[in-house]
Amino acid sequence: MKISAIITLKKDVLDPQGKVIHQTLDGMGFKDVNEVRQGKYFEIDVKENDPTKAKGVVEDMCKKLLANLVIENYKIIETQ
Amino acid sequence: MKSSVITFPGSNCDRDMDVALTKFGFKNKMVWHDDKELPKSDLVVLPGGFSYGDYLRCGSMASKSKIMQSVINFAKSGGLVMGICNGFQILVETGLVPGVLLRNKYLEFICKNVFIKLDNKDNPYFKNLDKDIFKFHIAHNEGNYFCTKDQLKEIEDNNQIAIYYCDDKGQTEDQFNPNGSIKNIAGIFNKKKNILGMMPHPERMIDQSLSGADGSLFFKNLINNIK
Repeated sequence: MKISAIITLKKDVLDPQGKVIHQTLDGMGFKDVNEVRQGKYFEIDVKENDPTKAKGVVEDMCKKLLANLVIENYKIIETQ
Repeated sequence: MKSSVITFPGSNCDRDMDVALTKFGFKNKMVWHDDKELPKSDLVVLPGGFSYGDYLRCGSMASKSKIMQSVINFAKSGGLVMGICNGFQILVETGLVPGVLLRNKYLEFICKNVFIKLDNKDNPYFKNLDKDIFKFHIAHNEGNYFCTKDQLKEIEDNNQIAIYYCDDKGQTEDQFNPNGSIKNIAGIFNKKKNILGMMPHPERMIDQSLSGADGSLFFKNLINNIK
């Protein structure tokens, strides 16, 4: 089944790319933006079909590789 | 004295490091990332470059490569491991030194000579050096050192800050910080100070006619300290 993981920078970590995107949006006329934070999205098709177990596998991947927990948080979503 | 330089796919300072180590008397071996065993070494170097194309996060893929388990065991048993630039990024990804290296504050790849100041010499890398300020080269996109407040307190309490970015007089004001690193940090030790990660490249400063000689001082001193 497919499990998705979203990796985002923690609140206190500076996100210069997000800032530049915010500025560009502002320049394009999107004036109602408070803040932009850029992250990463992974869609992982695992062999496991039990949703809880599959999420557990992807969570392990997040902890060990996909996210650096010093600066990033992860969120796991079941997509299929 | 024996040294090993690990080559990852995308390393590009591995041969420069080999030249530098050999020039100052190390018997150096190049070690492929897919090997399992580390040759007998007094020093292991993770060189600069763009291992695995900087995919995911700089150094993250290389930190999981086969040879790294041997490097981690070697480091944990007290062996000297030095990571330069991408090598520093690999070290933080293994967790051997604390913190992470974020994208440079102003989103620019920085390639220039900088001054750095040693913080303490009570370690095998800087012991016996008779000056504190060095001119080294930096070339990186992700050298913005970051760590949590708790980690910063811990590394300060344990004197783990190896080098700071500064000017030619050793001043560490914000204006001499090229990439936004916390406290101008350019290099970090582990607690025991057998592991050193730093963004500047001493191996690019080993020939006065090409660049500078401060790297020569560093390597000459390093081999003497290890002997």
